[in-house]
Amino acid sequence: MDTSWPILTVLTFLPLFGVVFLLLTRGDDETVMRNSRNVALWVSGFTFLVSLFALMQFDPSIVGYQLEDRGEWLLEDGISYHMGVDGISMPFVVLTTFLTPLAILASFKAITHRVREYMIGFLALETLMIGTFCALDVVMFYLFFEAVLIPMFLIIGIWGGKRRVYASFKFFLYTLAGSVLMLVAILFMADQAGTTDIPALQKFAFDPDVQFWLFLAFFASFAVKVPMWPVHTWLPDAHVEAPTAGSMILAGILLKMGGYGFLRFSLPMFPDASLYFAPMIFALSVVAVIYTSLVALAQSDMKKMIAYSSVAHMGFVTVGIFTMTEQGVAGAMFQMISHGLVSAALFFAVGVVYDRLHTREIDAYGGVADSMPRYAVFFMLMMLASVGLPGTSGFIGEFLVLVGAWQTSSFLAFLTATGLVLGATYMLWLYRRVVFGRAEKEEVISMSPLERREIIIFLPLAVLVLWYGVFPGSLLDLMQPSILAVIDQVNLHADASLLPGGK
Amino acid sequence: MSMITYFPAIAEIFLALIAIILVLVAAFGGDEGRVSQIMRRLGLVTLVATGILVLSYGRESSLAFGGLFLTTPFAVFMKMIVLVGAGIVLLLAKPSLKADNINKPEFTMLVLMSVLGMMVLISSNDLMVLYMGIELQSLPLYVIAAMQRDSLRSSEAGLKYFLLGALSSGLLLYGISLIYGFTGATNYAEISQSLSGSVSSGAVIGIIFVISGMAFKISAAPFHMWTPDVYEGSPTIVTAFFAIVPKVAAMALFLRITYGMLAPVPGVWQQVVAVIAVLSMVVGALAAIMQTDLKRLMAYSSIAHMGYALVGLSAATTGAVSAVMIYMLIYVISSIGVFAIILNLTREGEAVHRISDLKGYSRSHPLHAACLLVFMFSMAGIPPLGGFFGKWFTFMAAVNAGLIPLAVIGVLSSVVGAFYYIRIVKVMYIDEVDIVLDPSARRANTIIMGLSALILALFVFGLSPLREAVIATVPHIILIAG
Repeated sequence: MDTSWPILTVLTFLPLFGVVFLLLTRGDDETVMRNSRNVALWVSGFTFLVSLFALMQFDPSIVGYQLEDRGEWLLEDGISYHMGVDGISMPFVVLTTFLTPLAILASFKAITHRVREYMIGFLALETLMIGTFCALDVVMFYLFFEAVLIPMFLIIGIWGGKRRVYASFKFFLYTLAGSVLMLVAILFMADQAGTTDIPALQKFAFDPDVQFWLFLAFFASFAVKVPMWPVHTWLPDAHVEAPTAGSMILAGILLKMGGYGFLRFSLPMFPDASLYFAPMIFALSVVAVIYTSLVALAQSDMKKMIAYSSVAHMGFVTVGIFTMTEQGVAGAMFQMISHGLVSAALFFAVGVVYDRLHTREIDAYGGVADSMPRYAVFFMLMMLASVGLPGTSGFIGEFLVLVGAWQTSSFLAFLTATGLVLGATYMLWLYRRVVFGRAEKEEVISMSPLERREIIIFLPLAVLVLWYGVFPGSLLDLMQPSILAVIDQVNLHADASLLPGGK
Repeated sequence: MSMITYFPAIAEIFLALIAIILVLVAAFGGDEGRVSQIMRRLGLVTLVATGILVLSYGRESSLAFGGLFLTTPFAVFMKMIVLVGAGIVLLLAKPSLKADNINKPEFTMLVLMSVLGMMVLISSNDLMVLYMGIELQSLPLYVIAAMQRDSLRSSEAGLKYFLLGALSSGLLLYGISLIYGFTGATNYAEISQSLSGSVSSGAVIGIIFVISGMAFKISAAPFHMWTPDVYEGSPTIVTAFFAIVPKVAAMALFLRITYGMLAPVPGVWQQVVAVIAVLSMVVGALAAIMQTDLKRLMAYSSIAHMGYALVGLSAATTGAVSAVMIYMLIYVISSIGVFAIILNLTREGEAVHRISDLKGYSRSHPLHAACLLVFMFSMAGIPPLGGFFGKWFTFMAAVNAGLIPLAVIGVLSSVVGAFYYIRIVKVMYIDEVDIVLDPSARRANTIIMGLSALILALFVFGLSPLREAVIATVPHIILIAG
């Protein structure tokens, strides 16, 4: 179903209009600060409404891409402007537009210097993230995917914590090093197939030997982004140093670009190589799940613990994707959306207490429930969702992934499930140490309860986490046809024996 | 020979005449500072007029001077970059000439002479014309490098540049003599014909010498040694000129020689160029990390950039020519922008160009810092800025030609390069303010800087027509026989 107006293009570039507005703001510092916050919030809020409109136009029963926009660009190189969504990208688009205003709202109090530049960075980031999920041309995808580095580098580097310089450089160079090999792979694919159109490339059968290398090149990029063990080390640093809203977006959306990349490129375009490499990815994922969970247990910094838990949760996602079963992939998708909501909320929860005490040391807290009862409720809900309690969105994702993993190998399912146990351990422990117990420290007793702005941020996240926990179908139905199409694509011509070493 | 055959070279003839007339103006003009000012204005007008002549006589390929000189749309494209670059340098020159105490009329005259040499170089169709062009280009450069006579570093830069330049001319001349000896011709077309049969080993050695000489002129590794010292020692406006203009001409010549004269024997030069490309990228990226001086950093950055351009060139396909042309265009735009900023950096009236002087730049000069941020991310090759597309096209050319290892080395060294570019962003935006630079900024610099940043930021929109236009000029790089 095509709309008469280019809805995805409008959606993608709408936040940039906010940037223009912000650049034109005049007045004294106070005015500029207030206006910047308001403009950024309103623009991103409006973008969310447009994305809801796009969601209404979206017909989940159709397999393939919808709401497509096309334009001529670099025709002699086979590159064109092509936007479109399917059941895999649509949820991410809405997740992006949903989380961005919340993240902007979350920085209202925390960010007090260079507010205008900060908001410009966030709006630019939103455009790039939406574009990444909407692009149907590999080159355009790469442009958006890579350009995300610029605003994120600045957000971590300028508004981050003490070691922000180290963290921002590490983030930038790790992800850049990962994705430049993808660039070479894209060039090679364009040379082989004569086009960079994603739907066309998904139909193009690359030679299995070639797939082997292309897969590895794309893998380098997505594995860093997800991130998979052992290239995850940038993530805890980036998270700890980033401002609260930066962490929310980083965990909520940027990590998902890796998982999205696997589903959009690796599986459909290199099915043989995907099958061939699946065991390696299972191994890395299981290591990630178990190892980073153990590391999370040892953390004394709340943000770092949640950052490590993100790596473990993303391990679930990569297991799910590479089981290449209906349940596994659906579980991975579900887990990504759920984690987007839950981890954003958890990072915000850390930010809320950080704003009050200016420390993230777990030991500095204890008995927060006394002074902030509502906070305790929200935090608990998110903690339980992260652990995968039935009735929350976290449960559905993890359960489906385990079902998919079981079909592949019971041993894999067993190892992956240990992550659930470990996850429950560290999250409950964290929660007990921070929220329960008697408040003894003077600062903790005098902490002010949640203000209205903070409740406004928590509430929609909490509602969605519960909603998807109780009615998973509302999300699964949206993705199902597209997921099945990807799996069919893999099964259609997957023959791992053709690959080097696979005889 | 009828008069008509000189018309393709009308722009060069015009420029030569004006330059000679300007020598007289300089000699009898009186007060040095005032004449210098007048000369710069006349120089700008001359460049504009030359540009108009270049544009009006270059739509089709045509030969002049009995086949010694070739005008083509390709040459027009490259000459226009040279002229615009030189014009912008003259526009930027005023305050820095005064500050460096070199406000002499000779500066403009030497720039014009050098530009003339470059234009001859781009249009050369014969090895002798090539040599003449290269010397006409280089001699004024040696002089302006050493123009700040009371500065030891400037004199040293000039001397160093001259000695090494003479060495490279020697290499080039020796190569030319070998090629002449083994093919019996100096005309590109005749050499090309002669090479399409069997290639003697003497000619191969000659070709390698010629390529080495040209590599020196674009400061590609391992012929890059002079670049950092000359960049650092010369007055900043001269460094800007070095960074922007001669490289374009030398790269155009490189294209003319490899894709024109040596078109029948890609096997002979392709590997040499590939090796030079890899060395340049790696040396440029690694050595730049240690630099603390902006001008030295720009020197290493230019070495790396020439490496990327040569990656495209070594592909030996026609698509590669357009890639190199676009790369050079982007390189020139970002260099202009960066130097417009460097020329503006002063503290208490003194020019400064250490990286650490940029601390707090985003607070004191938000617009300048934002533009420099665009230049740095662009040079690091981060999309959607212009620099990314330069790399994109050259790597595409390499991959299309099956040179995948070259592209892989290229992208990996660009990650190393990204480190030192974003370090400048870090210094500007993240480091604490402890140095305050003078707030004054010349309007000309600001406009030039702003325009360059805008072009690079919005490059993605102009890309398609540019690519088409550039591709259209490519067939003309191949010379017309006879």
